[in-house]
Amino acid sequence: MSPEIIRDLGHRNSINQWYYYQTFTVISSMNTSVENKSRKAVALVSGGLDSMLAVKVIQDQGIHVEGINFFTGFCVEGHTHAIRKKDRARPKRNNALWTAEQLGIKLHIIDVSEPYKDVVINPKHGYGANLNPCLDCKGFMVQRAYAWMQEHDFDFLITGEVMGQRPMSQRKDTMPVVSRESGAGDLLLRPLCAKLLPETKPEREGWVNRDELLDFSGRNRKPQMALAASYGIEDYAQPAGGCCFLTDASYSSKLADLWQARGEKTYEIDDIVMLKVGRHLRPRDNFKIIIAREEGETNFLKGYRKRFLSLGTTSHTGPIALIDGEPSETDLELAARLVARFSSGRDADSVTVEVLQKDGTSSTLDVQPLPSNEVPQDWYV
Amino acid sequence: MSEQELDARGLLCPIPVIRTQDRIEQMQTGDILKVFCTDPGVIHDIPAWCRINGHEVLSIDEEDDQVVVMVKV
Ligand code: SF4
Repeated sequence: MSPEIIRDLGHRNSINQWYYYQTFTVISSMNTSVENKSRKAVALVSGGLDSMLAVKVIQDQGIHVEGINFFTGFCVEGHTHAIRKKDRARPKRNNALWTAEQLGIKLHIIDVSEPYKDVVINPKHGYGANLNPCLDCKGFMVQRAYAWMQEHDFDFLITGEVMGQRPMSQRKDTMPVVSRESGAGDLLLRPLCAKLLPETKPEREGWVNRDELLDFSGRNRKPQMALAASYGIEDYAQPAGGCCFLTDASYSSKLADLWQARGEKTYEIDDIVMLKVGRHLRPRDNFKIIIAREEGETNFLKGYRKRFLSLGTTSHTGPIALIDGEPSETDLELAARLVARFSSGRDADSVTVEVLQKDGTSSTLDVQPLPSNEVPQDWYV
Repeated sequence: MSEQELDARGLLCPIPVIRTQDRIEQMQTGDILKVFCTDPGVIHDIPAWCRINGHEVLSIDEEDDQVVVMVKV
């Protein structure tokens, strides 16, 4: 059966689609060109299924692929796992590393957290539903990967983007924006939807065979799942909203609150890590209180006691809390009552709270825990 | 052949992995790198990174709240 016939069958109906994918692998490897042995592609590897499939499709054409993964500080990977004790029961894995291992490719992890600040703070194309600057972010990452590609003598760049899958960065009209603004131009190939896009240099030059690339579009993930099954890939990460915390509404509102309280859009890595930890309450404009939710968070927040004023109950077991801002004496008492409310002494008449200054000096306050009806919902950031 | 140390304590994953990667890039084959960490995530992540990039993990020691990973470049 010729590749054309199989492709026809594949497109005719969904039952045949499975068969198409099954056969796809065999045909692709048959077509592997000797000349391609020397071609090299760098892939943006997020740890999700799409980038995994994009690499597979290109590897099948005899191209040497290596992965690149960017650490922005907002990545869903890592942080919270290290902090929250209850998450430790689950075996932890870094999905990008795991994906690279499954694919048998090298992975270069690059810390871009400093230059990435400008993307988050001043996105030219604005934000998505939350504080996610997806279009600028994609452009930034592709631009960085393109620079890496040139530095390391690779030939082209691939991503796992699927047309129409994400509202901001993966639309028919925005995908060319990423190619253009990143500088990668037609060296950026999206194997999963290449057939819906203009021909790129790797296709034109015959480094890859366009006929064997795909035409996935829309939010329906069935084609990806079928292709994964054809490769025998059963285990993969399924990020719900996006690849980073900025797509999360509650995280974004904490970041917006931080910027508002500071009167300017700035942040340090410690700030954005802290937004992932504990309950955040802002009882007054001039201070915010971060209260640990469990032991892991308490231990984590303890590490910041030299940078923030901290509170902890001594007469009863309870969480540690950090204060961000400049509280007055009255504010401190309110904060202490709040911490007492989250301790085991919440029903006691009086709870002793230790106030630890940044320089290590401490004092104590005996307070009555704040009743729940005196903690308005809008204090929660 | 040299033995070097890397202090990645207080850093959260994947930063210790990135620091390990960047340091190893400067080292020679056969050299040993001893990485001191506090994020238990490195127990999985550094060996995974080493497997992918062809380096050998000689040992992982957990003592108190610290993890020490020895890597042979
Ligand atoms: S979800 Fe986050 S990492 Fe992904 S493109 Fe959007 S801003 Fe970038």
